[in-house]
Amino acid sequence: MDAQTPMFPSAFDVETPEGAEGWQDLYPYYTHFQPSRREQDDATFWFCNSQHWPTPFRPFDTIMLDFAIKGLGQYNTRHLIVPPANGVDYRILNGYVYFSPVAVAPEKIEGRVPMFMERAGHYFQNWNDLYANWKEKVLGMIQELDAIDFEELPEVEDISVVKEGVGLDSTNQLFDQYDKAISLCYKIWQVHFEFLNLGYAAYLDFFGFVKEQFPTIPDQAIAKMVQGVDSELFRPDDEIKKLAVLAVESGCAEALKSGTVDEALAAVADAPGGVAWLAQWKAAQDPWFNFTSGNGFYSTDKYWIDHLDIPMGYLRDYIERVEEGEEIMRPTEALLKERDRITTEYRDMMDGEAQEVFDGKLGLARVVFPYVEDHNFYIEHWALGVFWRKMRQLSKLLCDQGMWQNEDDMFFLNRGEVRDVLWDYSSSWAIGVPIRGNDYWPGEIAKRRGIYEALSKVRPQPALNNPPEVITEPFTIMLWGITTDAVQRWVEADDEGSGLTGMAAAPGVVEGVARVLSSPDELGELQKGEILVTPVTAPSWAPVFGKISAAVTDIGGMMSHAAIVCREYGLPAVTGTGNASSKITTGMRLRVNGNDGTVTVLEDA
Amino acid sequence: MSGAYTLDFSEISHDDFAQVGGKCASLGEMTQAGVAVPPGFAVTTDAYQAMLDHHGLKAEIERALDGVDPNDLDQVDRAAQAIRIRIRSHHLPEGVEQSIRAAYAAMGDDMPVAVRSSATAEDLPDASFAGQQDTYLWVRGADDVVSHVRDCWASLYTTRAVAYREKQGIPHVDVLMSVGVQKMVNAKAAGVVMTLDPGTGDRTKIVIDASWGLGEMVVSGVVTPDNYTVEKVLEEILDRKISDKHVELVGDAELGEAVEREVDAERRSVSCLSDVEVLAVARLAKQLEKQNKCPQDVEWAIDADLPDGENLLALQSRPETIWSQKKVEKKSSTYMTGMMGIVNTLNNPIGSKT
Repeated sequence: MDAQTPMFPSAFDVETPEGAEGWQDLYPYYTHFQPSRREQDDATFWFCNSQHWPTPFRPFDTIMLDFAIKGLGQYNTRHLIVPPANGVDYRILNGYVYFSPVAVAPEKIEGRVPMFMERAGHYFQNWNDLYANWKEKVLGMIQELDAIDFEELPEVEDISVVKEGVGLDSTNQLFDQYDKAISLCYKIWQVHFEFLNLGYAAYLDFFGFVKEQFPTIPDQAIAKMVQGVDSELFRPDDEIKKLAVLAVESGCAEALKSGTVDEALAAVADAPGGVAWLAQWKAAQDPWFNFTSGNGFYSTDKYWIDHLDIPMGYLRDYIERVEEGEEIMRPTEALLKERDRITTEYRDMMDGEAQEVFDGKLGLARVVFPYVEDHNFYIEHWALGVFWRKMRQLSKLLCDQGMWQNEDDMFFLNRGEVRDVLWDYSSSWAIGVPIRGNDYWPGEIAKRRGIYEALSKVRPQPALNNPPEVITEPFTIMLWGITTDAVQRWVEADDEGSGLTGMAAAPGVVEGVARVLSSPDELGELQKGEILVTPVTAPSWAPVFGKISAAVTDIGGMMSHAAIVCREYGLPAVTGTGNASSKITTGMRLRVNGNDGTVTVLEDA
Repeated sequence: MSGAYTLDFSEISHDDFAQVGGKCASLGEMTQAGVAVPPGFAVTTDAYQAMLDHHGLKAEIERALDGVDPNDLDQVDRAAQAIRIRIRSHHLPEGVEQSIRAAYAAMGDDMPVAVRSSATAEDLPDASFAGQQDTYLWVRGADDVVSHVRDCWASLYTTRAVAYREKQGIPHVDVLMSVGVQKMVNAKAAGVVMTLDPGTGDRTKIVIDASWGLGEMVVSGVVTPDNYTVEKVLEEILDRKISDKHVELVGDAELGEAVEREVDAERRSVSCLSDVEVLAVARLAKQLEKQNKCPQDVEWAIDADLPDGENLLALQSRPETIWSQKKVEKKSSTYMTGMMGIVNTLNNPIGSKT
């Protein structure tokens, strides 16, 4: 290759999709590739994080990107002083997120070690206590978020405000509640990262050691030794399964099978065992239905608790399977036994000295791993679910005031603009004039919506500029599966051919028909036995894994959600293919080989 | 100790190694451990000893080899041939022959059997000269069994075996031989499985070579077998290399022998094992490795006459000799423990290595 030609294009040469002109205005200035610092940005390798942001997002949703990246950075750079790694720099291009990890200068790494040892060491030594404390903190924040309430401004202030000499009006409540919600979201993102990278580091340490002992051991075997079976991430799915079993056992399954959610719930109340079933259905919702069908980063995410038709759909599938005599509950005891068997058999192949090291590293990896799995439920599903619900409440309130036309239009504004809108509402109210925004926002929102839709039609470049000779940033490798090899695959993926390669994330070989899904809204289209092909999956997709025969994703490493769930369900999975969801179309016949990480197109649709 | 001339596999344990040789001891152990093995019996070294004593063969052998230069293959060859002829020219002692006939009769009427040597030195982990003694397949009738037992004894004196012992300084007459007589398997497919990767010594792999018919085609290298690699712990098939298997060795009941025949076109290039069978072979090997506490080299066959699930038979299991003998060079432990392990992992993440 010509040294002058980069492997991937420059951000400044990537064209704006048709109809998306002016997209930069949707996102803040600090996320732009600025022509004024082109030289610097072009000299940096950026990879598209389509694992966490698989599609373009609306302006308000930038809050999640901002807070997540800041939280990730602060722990590496300022709290724990991770020797080789600071944070991750980020940009937005055509609505997609690009990351570039910030390495520590080699000569400074050694000097950071003592501080890291003291700080990270403290966490590892007191993991369980600190984790218990963490849960308490997070539950407190969720409670505070839950208490947030936005109220319409009154026609006149209550008489008590006058008589008690309050001297302030109801607008303060609006600002306070909004600021509090944003601040809680900010704090929640910080604690999200409190343990995360340490958890990954301990896992990586174990992983690296086992790989050294057995260079050809499949990554999934190492994951299986560490993974728990009672992760809270599996609970929502388990709750639905329990409800399905109960419905069949108590004889009220028939009542649940048809009609809207409300109709089914009304019918079940009169069915045998229906009252007890309804009580369990209700009990399961708090907190387990705080579960998104996305990943929590998008205002478009649908949470079960707000869309009971989603869990109802899964419930109906499960009821059918129970009636067919299938055992749907996860065999946790057998899974644990299997985990022990695998661990023992590999351990038996090591010499005594290595066994001792293995025990130590495995022990730590198992202590930290529940956090790696469970934090996702507490933060992305539960806390962010409550946050989005409150924001939707506010959006609807402002819609009712005529600020915009659709209940969720607020998300086409960024979080700063929303505060301006609150000011507009408050001051117009005080002055006694119509809200100024009423004439401005509907048109502006329509324009932004058009841009957003135009951006959504185009798939992103997997990366920009030239990668470093070797990718050494540890979290990039662990969280995004981006290694020197993976980047090479992206380059090759552009070449013609009927095959795709990715990570062999869960074993097995399956042939079947592809179903390409680009958003969770399309989950209903999945037919039993199909191969799911998608940019990325989320934990709440768990129920569909009982239906599919294999999974293929664009992005994701060994520990990505699709990989974990497929191993759990015994389905082949190939993750991190780069562009399977754009190269494959629904109806194609595929062979998915989860042993060697290849996907072959056998027949066109 | 002078014991029985024949021992049924079900009566044999590892302690009988000296009497029955490695192959039969292993078959006995497998039988006792509940591994599916074709039934049969061992003609013990006591029987061979009785043969030598009865005819004064020891002295003859020593005389024939006296002064032979082990580096002069012609000389060795002539001496070895003479000894083989001498052994074959004698009747078996009465008691030995009767014992073999009785044990054979107990297997059923004219049961087709394989007659194989089971040397006491051959299968020792540090003296691998397997395959130097004869194997006779599809043998039927007591007369033939008896005469093939004698052929096996004679095969202790092939030129290569004699030269080898000369060079290693192993006294010829001290090497005793047992012979195994085992029910013939009507193999649909057969082959060899090793509980490590013979190419790399990687103990996390199970590697299977398999072809149509009896396994001799695989062992002798006449066909390029299908080759499967299985992850030992996860019990998952990692790789399949399907070859063109042009010939197979199958038992011909009429002729009373195994005959080589062309494989019909539609079977040649298809996998001779289903995935279920591959995993069954792998699990069998794994079980044998566990029982014997060291990597194994196992011959197996799938019997066409037995029902699915019960048709996989172990024919022999012996310690793997190549990698097990290699001194594993102690890796300088690059791993660190505790917090230094974490620091090192972050500073040198695994994906950055090549």
